[in-house]
Amino acid sequence: MATIRGPWENAGRLSYLMFCTAVLLFLVAPILVIVPLSFNVEPYFTFTEGMLSLDPQAYSLRWYRSVLGDEQWLLAMVNSLTIGISATVLATTLGTLAALGLANPAMPRRSLAMGLLISPMITPVIISATGMFFFYSNLGLTQTHLGLILAHTALGTPFVVITVTATLAGFDPNLKRAAATLGAGPLRTFIRIQLPQIAPGVISGALFAFATSFDEVVTVLFMGGLDQRTIPRQMWVGIREQISPAILAVATFLIAFSLLFMIIVEWLRRRGNAPAKA
Amino acid sequence: MDGTLRTVRLRAAVPVLPLSAFILVTFIAPLATMLVRSVYDPLVAGAMPETLFLLSEWDGKSTPREAVFEAAVRELLEARQARNLGRIVTRINRVQPGMRSVVMKSVRKLRGISGSDSWRDTLIDMDPAWGEVQTWRAIRRTGERFTMRHYLHALDLDRGPGGGIVRQTPERRIYIPLLGRTLAVSLSITALCLLFGYPVAYLIANASPRWANLLLLLVLVPFWTSLLVRTTSWIVLLQTRGVINDALVALGLIAEENRIAMIYNMTGTVVAMTHVLLPFMVLPLYSVMRAIPPLYMNAAATLGASFPRAFWRVYWPQTQPGVFAGSLLVFILAIGYYITPELVGGRSGQLISNMIAYHMQQSLNWGLAGALSGILLACVFVIYLIYDRVVGIERMKLG
Repeated sequence: MATIRGPWENAGRLSYLMFCTAVLLFLVAPILVIVPLSFNVEPYFTFTEGMLSLDPQAYSLRWYRSVLGDEQWLLAMVNSLTIGISATVLATTLGTLAALGLANPAMPRRSLAMGLLISPMITPVIISATGMFFFYSNLGLTQTHLGLILAHTALGTPFVVITVTATLAGFDPNLKRAAATLGAGPLRTFIRIQLPQIAPGVISGALFAFATSFDEVVTVLFMGGLDQRTIPRQMWVGIREQISPAILAVATFLIAFSLLFMIIVEWLRRRGNAPAKA
Repeated sequence: MDGTLRTVRLRAAVPVLPLSAFILVTFIAPLATMLVRSVYDPLVAGAMPETLFLLSEWDGKSTPREAVFEAAVRELLEARQARNLGRIVTRINRVQPGMRSVVMKSVRKLRGISGSDSWRDTLIDMDPAWGEVQTWRAIRRTGERFTMRHYLHALDLDRGPGGGIVRQTPERRIYIPLLGRTLAVSLSITALCLLFGYPVAYLIANASPRWANLLLLLVLVPFWTSLLVRTTSWIVLLQTRGVINDALVALGLIAEENRIAMIYNMTGTVVAMTHVLLPFMVLPLYSVMRAIPPLYMNAAATLGASFPRAFWRVYWPQTQPGVFAGSLLVFILAIGYYITPELVGGRSGQLISNMIAYHMQQSLNWGLAGALSGILLACVFVIYLIYDRVVGIERMKLG
């Protein structure tokens, strides 16, 4: 806004910018503080004098080595990936299909269906985990990978439904009609015309679903056995016992992982938005 | 309805069916069974049918007659044989504290007795509690197949001696204050998120594209970062031997022995949850603000309005959809929060979800856990309905 400012307005603007900087620092700094601490040579969760004076002797990779040499962490990694990828595939397939139906103007009771499909996202996770624990134990699904995959699929589908629905809102239905006129069947139209259009939404949804599973701890605590321990579960135990900064090394790894996810999703979003803006 | 129209609608619904069925089976059915469990408990009714039948004819004012005692002795011994006694006693004890030891001791002694002329006298000899009216009332209440007692308990209510509903004695009122605390904390966190998030969203929405992209990433980093990582960060920062206390001591601002307890209490819960939920406030606000053309504010300025006035009269009303969307989202997520309070809340920073987990895992009072879940779900559902009404659930976006 190009208005002439008096000194008070400048002071106001300065304090406003300082306030915003403080909030942004509050958002980011706590996450960044973990990274240097994960290289601490001492078994402490805080900066040593050596670290502050940037003494190379004060830094080491010992916690990374201890994580990589620990079978429990490796098993947790394998479990997290197995459960996460299976749940993502299921959630993305079911969620994309459902979003296609929801986008159809002829869909009856859309609001109710949407409410049902996103209910796993807004239900407090302790309630979901409690209910699933009883129900799945009656079916013999507790302490199995399958049980956790089903649970994580249910928790992840709302994200797929929401992201794909959002992308479909920008889809021109005339393209579908054009394909049909040219003789393409529904399946062919979907694969050749619709899917490439909504791909950014589908991939974003899949990443959200994977991130949900990869970070989910409550259902794992309730339903998983020792064979189903995942990275979040090991983190949970590590946070409660705080015996070694190994969890800081894992945390750093997870930060890198989520940064990667974030960059992909943002890139897809901007690519998806680009034609609409032009 | 017209036949073809119906076909079109049914066909439209087909792609939604697989996921609907999946969610119904893997998610809604478990929730429903848990809610049923909170009002339906056939265990005692199944194990002590005759005692309960005889008690149903009892006047509830004097010690029951001999037949009731005889049936109770027989059915309690049978329950012991069936390895059910412990679970039955736990339920009776919840209605009438102290009954666990009475029943367990009596049953142990009864095993050595082959017969009695009067089981009534025998039992009252063993423990005078058997002669008391409230003991038998407790057994009768525990025997209800369908029961509201878990919900009454979860609302700090109880059945009075006359059968009417009364409030629990003040020292036993814990759930309503806890629910109140959960709502109050969630509201404070929502307010804090709005206070911190609004200016930042405004800054991002009005920055040049290059800056906006960069600043938006700063908001998205915590949004994507694992919840457990963020919680770990706050522990590292706030604990008594943590980074902030160390810094304050090193700077001489506080003495070594006066390190501040910033975590494992309510402060820890509020700080960490505000951090976790702030992106959910900034993102909806930003997406609304981005769509507001600067034209109106410029017009207001041209017409002589000062910035605060123009902001309050022109800008703020246009951002209300974002304020509602963000606030309701943050609030709905906050009242059900479990992980953060569990890890950094200590004793004083616990919320209703942590109580549900406690009854699930420690006290094993699953009926009460179900009732508390039912109440929490009802709160969430009400906020969801408001959200759907005000914002529209179809307009929910991520990031």
